[in-house]
Amino acid sequence: MTRQVTAREAGLMSCHVCGQLARSPHGAAQRLRCPRCGAPLHLRKPASITTTWALLLASALLYIPANLLPMMTTASLTGSQEDTILSGVVFLWESGSWPLALVVFFASVMVPLLKIFALSYLTASVQSRSRRGLLQRARLYRLVEFVGRWSMLDIYVITILVALVQFQGLATIQAGPAAVAFGAVVVLTMFAAMSFDPRLIWDPLSDPVDGDPVDPAPERPAHD
Amino acid sequence: MTDPDAHATPPADLLACHDCDLLQTEPALAPGETARCARCNAILARNPPDSLDRTLALTFTAAVLYLIANLYPLVGLEMQGRRVEVSLFEAVHILWRDGVEPVAALVFVTAQLFPVLELSMILVVLLPLRLGRVSPRLATFFRLVRSVQPWGMVEVFLLGMLVSLVKLSHLATVILGTAFWATAALIVVLTLAARAFDTRLLWQLAPGDEGARP
Ligand SMILES: [Zn+2]
Ligand SMILES: [Zn+2]
Repeated sequence: MTRQVTAREAGLMSCHVCGQLARSPHGAAQRLRCPRCGAPLHLRKPASITTTWALLLASALLYIPANLLPMMTTASLTGSQEDTILSGVVFLWESGSWPLALVVFFASVMVPLLKIFALSYLTASVQSRSRRGLLQRARLYRLVEFVGRWSMLDIYVITILVALVQFQGLATIQAGPAAVAFGAVVVLTMFAAMSFDPRLIWDPLSDPVDGDPVDPAPERPAHD
Repeated sequence: MTDPDAHATPPADLLACHDCDLLQTEPALAPGETARCARCNAILARNPPDSLDRTLALTFTAAVLYLIANLYPLVGLEMQGRRVEVSLFEAVHILWRDGVEPVAALVFVTAQLFPVLELSMILVVLLPLRLGRVSPRLATFFRLVRSVQPWGMVEVFLLGMLVSLVKLSHLATVILGTAFWATAALIVVLTLAARAFDTRLLWQLAPGDEGARP
């Protein structure tokens, strides 16, 4: 197989918004902008690894109160009851709607965990300049990007519950402190996924290895 | 810029993969075809047929559905002849009043503000394009659309409504309002619009292919 050339190796930067290629000036530290759409140009997302770690740490810390504190408090004539994310899932399961219980469990409990672990693994593997499982890691990153938004589910569930029950007037449901922590986890993990640069996964391939020749011919893309 | 290299134009048919940075030649795509990266299988280029007209039509439809989804009641409860209904804005307002402002703001931004921003910005960019009035500023403006896109979560919101209705179904009869169905239709139309949209339309009219500028 001939050696594949990346834009960076060819001295080019691609705009992350519009894909325009531009020559990257050697060793220039000045701020560059895309000639076509005006977006800031970077060879790689700036401070990608540090930013991703910081956001992951913050989300992991907030994940704890998000799961331990009450997500909502229901008060009615018969007394009041506090629900965490997990007890909400258990309630759905016991009331017989187990498909929805699974959906909520997956979206609220598993997806944030999966995101935190997967992004930590990706960032660590990039830091150690691993060359193994490149395609699997690229796929893992795309999965993280795709499922991330679904963990917002419980926030919307609370919103509708609080509003409808209050309107109806027999009981009141109030959003608990876990709702704020949980919303923060969702937002922070989304920012963490955005700050990770998937091109870093492939960069170790450009590290100098005992004399494989550089073939300047660009690769042909696959057609669907 | 003093670097002479900076003004050399890279070959026009070269593309770098967004996900892995591999340089590839841009293939000539038939309408409806998609090219994928030879190394990481990310989508490299798409060529949606009749993109401008289809995207405009779908975005207009989406805008109308959005209005219905936000003006009419979303869901309601009926109990002993009493009927209560709530719209999205009322729900956000109640949360805010209850003292969970961050959550209310998050719901407002992701389910209400950003979707409408995205829709109106796409119309602002594509309408002049359709009328033949091309301005390089549009490309810059479209950058905003891109940064807003990941935060619009109408489809997650719809699922959230369903879950909360199941939770309430033992208390009272649940009613799906006009806005609920409009939201469901909105998701379908938004998906179709995103598929029809060819972003190359925008970049092709932007000014030249010089090097990076400071
Ligand atoms: Zn650009
Ligand atoms: Zn690629």
